[in-house]
Amino acid sequence: MSLTSSFTVKENVLVVRLSGELDHHEAVKLREAWQKKLNQEDVKHVILNLKDVTFMDSSGIGVLLGRYKEIVQLGGELVVCSINPSIKRIFEMSGLLKIIRLAENEQYALDSLGVAS
Amino acid sequence: MKNEMELTFLSVSRNEAFARATVGAFVTQLDPTMDELTEIKTVVSEAVTNAIIHGYNNESDRHVKIKCMIQHENELEIMIMDEGVGIENIYEVKEPLYTSKPHLERSGMGFTIMESFMDSLEIISEKGHGTTVIMKKQLTKTKTVCH
Repeated sequence: MSLTSSFTVKENVLVVRLSGELDHHEAVKLREAWQKKLNQEDVKHVILNLKDVTFMDSSGIGVLLGRYKEIVQLGGELVVCSINPSIKRIFEMSGLLKIIRLAENEQYALDSLGVAS
Repeated sequence: MKNEMELTFLSVSRNEAFARATVGAFVTQLDPTMDELTEIKTVVSEAVTNAIIHGYNNESDRHVKIKCMIQHENELEIMIMDEGVGIENIYEVKEPLYTSKPHLERSGMGFTIMESFMDSLEIISEKGHGTTVIMKKQLTKTKTVCH
């Protein structure tokens, strides 16, 4: 199962929804698409919705950390939502939970960034 | 119940998903829990990715080999081998967050994940001759039956 990604802009927030398996093979493509969107759109913050991600390894952590650095550099915030327990374990191991804010679902994440529903 | 399988495939990143799915399918005979299956698929993905990116420097015409053995009751051993550049300093690569390729956005968490998801991890490597990663895991024997 490969990875599909969709990008939506809500006010100054880029919402990235992923579905499928995020490994090294998919991370390379995701990085390109994500960076392109960040450059194209006039956004400050990013919400990453992992609800439909069924598998993720350390390559996924790499691509997330890369985007985290870019977003923070521009004064924005990266919020990750709808994360499953096994992916959360890898986040915890790599120290990601200390720097990235988690939200229960996309709506909560949007609310926390002040996007009107 | 003794059993084993071997798998050889080209060092292309598309095969990372194939490798973890195949090992996962072999392991189902041990009736693993969902967590155990996820852990096994993750460590296979990590080791195969290392072989492709680091062992073979992303050369796509080399071979990665996997051997899986079920030794005793519910004890799984996975060997993942490449004939690539090898690792100079094994202690260094096992450090959490260490990566030799930061420009490729590698997180440096591969071996840390392998160590924590499996019971044991052994790295045999010789510079210029390749790397073999041997991981063992004892799967739980008794399963809760849900009706």
